[in-house]
Amino acid sequence: MPAEAPIQPPRIAILTDPLKEKIRALFPRYPSKRAATLPALHMVHAHLRCVPLQAMSEIAEILEITPAEVHDTMSFYGFFPQAPLGDVRVWMCRSISCMLRGGDELLEHACDRLGIESGQTTADGKLTVEFAECLGICDFAPAALADDGRVFGPLDGPKVDAMLDELKRGRRDDPPRV
Amino acid sequence: MPTFEPVLSRNWNIADSHTLKVYESRGGYQAARKALTTMAPDAVVNLVKDSELRGRGGAGFPCGLKWTFLPKDRKETLMCINADESEPATFNNRFLMEKDPHQLIEGILIACFATKATTAYLYVRFEYIHAYKILEEAIAEARAAGHLGKNIYGSGYNLDLWVHRGAGAYICGEETGLIESLEGKRGWPRIKPPFPAIEGAFRKPTVVNNVETLCCVPHIIERGATWFKSIGTPKSYGPKLYTVSGHVEKQVCVELPLGVTCRELIDVHAGGVWKGRKAKAAVPGGISMGLLSADELDTPLDFESLRKPGCLGLGTAAVTVIDDHTPIIDYLLNTSRFFAHESCGQCTPCREGTGWMEKTIHRIKAGGGRIEDLDVMLHLANNLGIMPGTTICGLADGAAWPIKNAVTKFRGELEDYIRSHQSPAAQVTPLQISIAQGRPVELSPNGGLPILNGPPPARALHAPDGRGV
Ligand SMILES: Cc1cc2nc3c(=O)[nH]c(=O)nc-3n(C[C@H](O)[C@H](O)[C@H](O)COP(=O)(O)O)c2cc1C
Ligand code: SF4
Ligand code: FES
Repeated sequence: MPAEAPIQPPRIAILTDPLKEKIRALFPRYPSKRAATLPALHMVHAHLRCVPLQAMSEIAEILEITPAEVHDTMSFYGFFPQAPLGDVRVWMCRSISCMLRGGDELLEHACDRLGIESGQTTADGKLTVEFAECLGICDFAPAALADDGRVFGPLDGPKVDAMLDELKRGRRDDPPRV
Repeated sequence: MPTFEPVLSRNWNIADSHTLKVYESRGGYQAARKALTTMAPDAVVNLVKDSELRGRGGAGFPCGLKWTFLPKDRKETLMCINADESEPATFNNRFLMEKDPHQLIEGILIACFATKATTAYLYVRFEYIHAYKILEEAIAEARAAGHLGKNIYGSGYNLDLWVHRGAGAYICGEETGLIESLEGKRGWPRIKPPFPAIEGAFRKPTVVNNVETLCCVPHIIERGATWFKSIGTPKSYGPKLYTVSGHVEKQVCVELPLGVTCRELIDVHAGGVWKGRKAKAAVPGGISMGLLSADELDTPLDFESLRKPGCLGLGTAAVTVIDDHTPIIDYLLNTSRFFAHESCGQCTPCREGTGWMEKTIHRIKAGGGRIEDLDVMLHLANNLGIMPGTTICGLADGAAWPIKNAVTKFRGELEDYIRSHQSPAAQVTPLQISIAQGRPVELSPNGGLPILNGPPPARALHAPDGRGV
């Protein structure tokens, strides 16, 4: 009896047609389609809060490059996770101006309080804490930035606690609709 | 001396300074109108050349001169505006974009007209989420009002301006790293030449300019080169935004003539060193520029003077103050950690050297330091980016200056630290300072070359004599 062909799970497209259109609408801006990689990744990330493998290959198809090329670019940057992180992502700065005012200790404090390591997500899936190199908000040092654009600082222990409590309540911006 | 009148920040305190309405009511876009309707592109280039405006992005290259490097017979020019601003302690571009985006758009418009660019990309780091929203709104406003788009002011000149967002990499601020990133690739700097002016983004002649540089341009058109050169020191001209952060009472961004001193910035504009303490040192221009000791704080912050106290240059004029309660080893650990993390990894001296540096300093901090480590570090720093042709971009050079300055200027303190912190634990099991990930190696006390310490894992590269590669 011939071996049964392995059953392929049906390939369900991740990117919706309007989203694909939005990516294609970027093409006139650049002399090459590949240049739309970063903006396309940002668009997909804004919708899915991550860029899974399947999305990468769909982006590749639209941009007429290989999935490896999309992955190569994407993985170079610290920004795009392949699986969703917490509902809110917060970056705590550890560069010079923040470090001098206690940035390293505050990052540790935040992680201790949440019971995670830097880069991890809380068990309830609400919050991801990451370290950042200078966020460009050193006038708020020691500072933190949430991915909905909220800026926190100058921080100290109690203010970090308050920040975490507030962030656990969720994002402040509206998710994009397409 | 006549009192200094801020120009770059003149609108910041006005309500809704980010809107077109306010900008136009303050005389905005008149300079662009004047340039596009009454001047030839070459005349604009010459005016900017005459003003001797030097790039504010770090390297200080004369702006007008850079524009003349574009090939005469070019068919198309691209403009990239560098708003990546990732140099630690630097945040002046953020103020310029959030508080007065139209000043930047006007500068871009004039610069593009001068260089005959019809497409411009504004590369903004993703962390500037607020600035990004403001810029998108301002660009839409400018487009609707005819300051961008087709046949601007009836001059027949067209310009498209697009925002392109980064994704968290310091190296994308380096001009060719930025170009690669714009093209949709990882931000790996390119070997120069060819310089971007000859072959840049999408292989077309490309101008890369910093946000603050371009914000100066409308004022030069409006007030002339002589006015611009009347500000600053005899060799460094114009207004400059300084950011002051770290151990000061008020962390601020202020506009002053080029050539003010760190001391003036700290004492007059930042409310002094915090908690009534004294400054031990200050970083004069973003961490890649090195370090000034307390007795060098009167050095003018301009393009020439910082070489004397052994700094790399003016950089972004971002001052970070370090108080006398802070061990200098903490500063060293922070800077080396930054560069090791941000090295893009293409060049061996940079990739391995920055990692090695970080681990050595980590070991010293943990109590496993030896006096010889300081010489090994100096040796490394002196070879990291300075040896001509060994690295592609300036990051390695920038990584070396903090080490060179701190080890030279604070050697006594570092030696004391090493002696007084030697911990038996760190001595018995020396911290691993693996140069290739996962390979345990230790610094040799004599030659500074790594010696394998324990069996190398499978596939690790090592020379036949047992020394690390
Ligand atoms: C590692 C590295 C990072 C840099 N980061 C920035 C940056 O964030 N912003 C910037 O304007 N220039 C940065 N530069 C300098 C740019 O390469 C380039 O010189 C500058 O953008 C040119 O603009 P300007 O001539 O107007 O100063 C960086 C350079 C290096 C080597
Ligand atoms: S010097 Fe460093 S950052 Fe620059 S290209 Fe080489 S490895 Fe990359
Ligand atoms: S050093 Fe932390 S935001 Fe700049």
